[in-house]
Amino acid sequence: MPAVTETREQVEKLGQSSYKWGFETDIEMDFAPKGLNEDIIRLISTRKEEPEWMLEWRLEAYRSWLKMKEPTWAHVSYPPIDYQDAHYYAAPKKKAGPKSLDEVDPELLRTYEKLGIPLHEQAMLAGVEVPEGEEARLPVAVDAVFDSVSVATTFRKTLSEAGVIFCPISEAIRDYPDLVRQYLGSVVPVADNFFAALNSAVFTDGSFVFVPKGVRCPMELSTYFRINARNTGQFERTLIVVEDGASVSYLEGCTAPMRDENQLHAAVVELVAMEDAKIKYSTVQNWYPGDENGRGGIYNFVTKRGACRGARSRISWTQVETGSAVTWKYPSCILQGEGSVGEFYSVAVTNNHQQADTGTKMIHLGRNTRSTIIAKTISAGKSDSTYRGQVKIMPKASGARNFTQCDSLLIGDQCGAHTVPYIENRNMTARVEHEATTSKISEDQMFYCRQRGLSEEDAVGLIVNGFCKDVLKELPMEFAVEAQKLLQISLEGSVG
Amino acid sequence: MNAITPISRGLAPFEGRLTGITNDVRAAAVGELERLGLPTQKVEAWHYTNLRALSGHAFATPGMVDEGKVTAALAALFGDTEALAKLPRLVLVNGRLSAAHSTTRLPEGVSCTSFATTQDFGTQSAPDREAMVALNTALAEDGVCLSVGAGVKAGAFLLISVAGAGNEDASFHPRHAVALGEGASLTLFELAVSVEDAGPAMYLHNPVLSCDVAEDAHLTHVKVQEEAENAVHLATVYADVEPRGSYDSFTLGLGAVLARHEVHAALRGSHASVHVNGAQILGARQVGDITSVILHGAPDGISRQTVRNVLMDHARAVFQGKVLVERIAQKTDGYQMNQALLLSPNAEIDAKPELEIYADDVKCSHGATVGALDEDQLFYLRARGIPDDQARRMLVEAFLTETVELVQDEAVRAFLMQRVERALKARVSAGEKAA
Repeated sequence: MPAVTETREQVEKLGQSSYKWGFETDIEMDFAPKGLNEDIIRLISTRKEEPEWMLEWRLEAYRSWLKMKEPTWAHVSYPPIDYQDAHYYAAPKKKAGPKSLDEVDPELLRTYEKLGIPLHEQAMLAGVEVPEGEEARLPVAVDAVFDSVSVATTFRKTLSEAGVIFCPISEAIRDYPDLVRQYLGSVVPVADNFFAALNSAVFTDGSFVFVPKGVRCPMELSTYFRINARNTGQFERTLIVVEDGASVSYLEGCTAPMRDENQLHAAVVELVAMEDAKIKYSTVQNWYPGDENGRGGIYNFVTKRGACRGARSRISWTQVETGSAVTWKYPSCILQGEGSVGEFYSVAVTNNHQQADTGTKMIHLGRNTRSTIIAKTISAGKSDSTYRGQVKIMPKASGARNFTQCDSLLIGDQCGAHTVPYIENRNMTARVEHEATTSKISEDQMFYCRQRGLSEEDAVGLIVNGFCKDVLKELPMEFAVEAQKLLQISLEGSVG
Repeated sequence: MNAITPISRGLAPFEGRLTGITNDVRAAAVGELERLGLPTQKVEAWHYTNLRALSGHAFATPGMVDEGKVTAALAALFGDTEALAKLPRLVLVNGRLSAAHSTTRLPEGVSCTSFATTQDFGTQSAPDREAMVALNTALAEDGVCLSVGAGVKAGAFLLISVAGAGNEDASFHPRHAVALGEGASLTLFELAVSVEDAGPAMYLHNPVLSCDVAEDAHLTHVKVQEEAENAVHLATVYADVEPRGSYDSFTLGLGAVLARHEVHAALRGSHASVHVNGAQILGARQVGDITSVILHGAPDGISRQTVRNVLMDHARAVFQGKVLVERIAQKTDGYQMNQALLLSPNAEIDAKPELEIYADDVKCSHGATVGALDEDQLFYLRARGIPDDQARRMLVEAFLTETVELVQDEAVRAFLMQRVERALKARVSAGEKAA
């Protein structure tokens, strides 16, 4: 079949792996010694020049973590992780701070160039003054996190004029301690789960966003995470607080270089939405998934949770998950405020030996709360993909509504797709609907496309994009384009 | 591991009866039971159902039940359904086969022995993976082994359990087996009831039923569970279906304070089919759990599951349905639907429909809906002059009728509808009194 040859050629062109973000950046790094103990946590806290309460908070988390067991209920398997065999702090060696372009490590800049980040490219990184008109052309503010440390945040001036705080969380702990202290851990408590506790103990950076009352954030905010150094874990912490009537759209992207060993990524994201506030959180997760034999790759164990505290608040999670060797991730919404809305749109693609166990939790506490879950799962190669979600209607959530749709697509006969929803309803006026289907790409669909001259690969791409359309249309434009390309690359070599 | 004593694993209610067992199979089951313990909610398969109702009791081997009461219970059962009274039947009283109440005449080609004489545990559960089955293996005393010869159309058959605890808490663990030869067919109609005024004690009925369905054979299994108000009913069914065979089941859960109907159905041969349907009507503080694992182990299998729950007062229903499609089971067609109607602000439904799929060329779907009565439908009926309570009853009945109609046998279906109506009436009037 010519399509097979074409596929092979394409894959060969891409080299051994089609993971084009698999470059390693050679930069001078500042490491903490390997291992995890209270001294390391103190060291991290000192390096970050944190106040005493923050250190106490971390130590409390660490002590709870020691008592906790790694969860085993997810449909994933991986060799036991040695938590002592990693550096818990790695930062690019810092000079005085990126005041001009020359001071920024050119390797770092090249990294972002390869990533294709819409940083206001290198000039913005350096904090060089930009002519007025140019800012308007690039309406995305970026916080870039390199290994454990935030290296650059752009557009801060424009944002601060609007009253929006967007900065690395380490800076926020120093500059806005009261705000951080009030909200940090209020959605995901320190001892929430094994990985969240670990994160709380050792997180080194992440982003902090605060949108005050009535402010519509003037541009999309974005964070790029990249694990670069060997033997490090990445533990970033994101906290987004949106006050009454305010709104923000936040994008998150992730990549990592190719490596033989597995690396751990255990992030925590907390969202707080007050009355009439809106938060849209979009993720394109493209950590290194390991090679075609399942060697290497990132363990992505992430806790993401949003609290709709105020009436009519809305939190929307959109995720495109194509990377990571193992994914364990359940972005959730706690719907407290009356009439608040939670949404979860997800595309999870697994290929080769990837494993993903991902889904959401919608906890309905307030009256007339609504939630929508659309999850699309695509399994190819020898991968396993699981949707695991919970919809919980508490007794006071009168008039609550949930609609859930989970669809799985299997490509090839060596993969698995699983759906595990938990539906718990304790209110008679609530309505919960759940639908799930599993199928493969039908021969009719393929025939139709092939007949019109599409190659097998393109046909699969087209059909998969159609399958995911409900989710992709929720992504901001730049991300949607990137996500579509990613889908195609992730599934390369899975046909024929 | 020797340090773990049965008592520390929640086995205290059965403690005395689990020691001193010599039979190899039973001893192995006790070992397994000690390893597993009685299930707690930490066990994923028991996430929504706890067995606290059992703790604090000491379940003895059951005593005798007054013969007159058994006769009365059977008479009440067949009161309005003559068709059923004519069917051949086997009756167990407190888990023991009662020759006096059973029919001796069996259809041609059907043979029947008692577990008490064969002591045959079968192979489907071995080794015991489920704690409640291990408990059954350890303590099983009697049961029915039915076997239908190749090509025999055996018609319908009643298997009735009549229970009454008296003054002392008791548990009985019947072990049933049904085997259908090639091309055979049978309708097994299982009823679990209790006698009136049996006494204040509670009982645990823990039956295990293994079904072997050979090629081209068809087993229909209908069950009505109407145990006493304070009884606990924990049943496990295994069904293995060979090529082109079918296991078509329906369970109606009405009684007991805590009930679980757990089905493990396996499609072992190609073109096999399995139906695991059911309905529950629960009120007061009843907990009713329908759990099923449907394993597609061969290509071209079909599985269907429709479960509907009507919940009143403080009742809680649990539905856990897993459909597992193995790599070899290409062209599988699986469908699962679980629905619940919540008629009280204190009722609760917990559902976990689960798909685990390893074959790519399959068509599998599941759905779940939960809600109150549709106000539009109610309005429609009210607008046509139907009183509110009658309109509500009509809608609830219609909701349940759709599942009962999945039962093919007309006489059985009529009996089921009658039980549904009766249960609804009793629950609604009880609810009104409480309100």
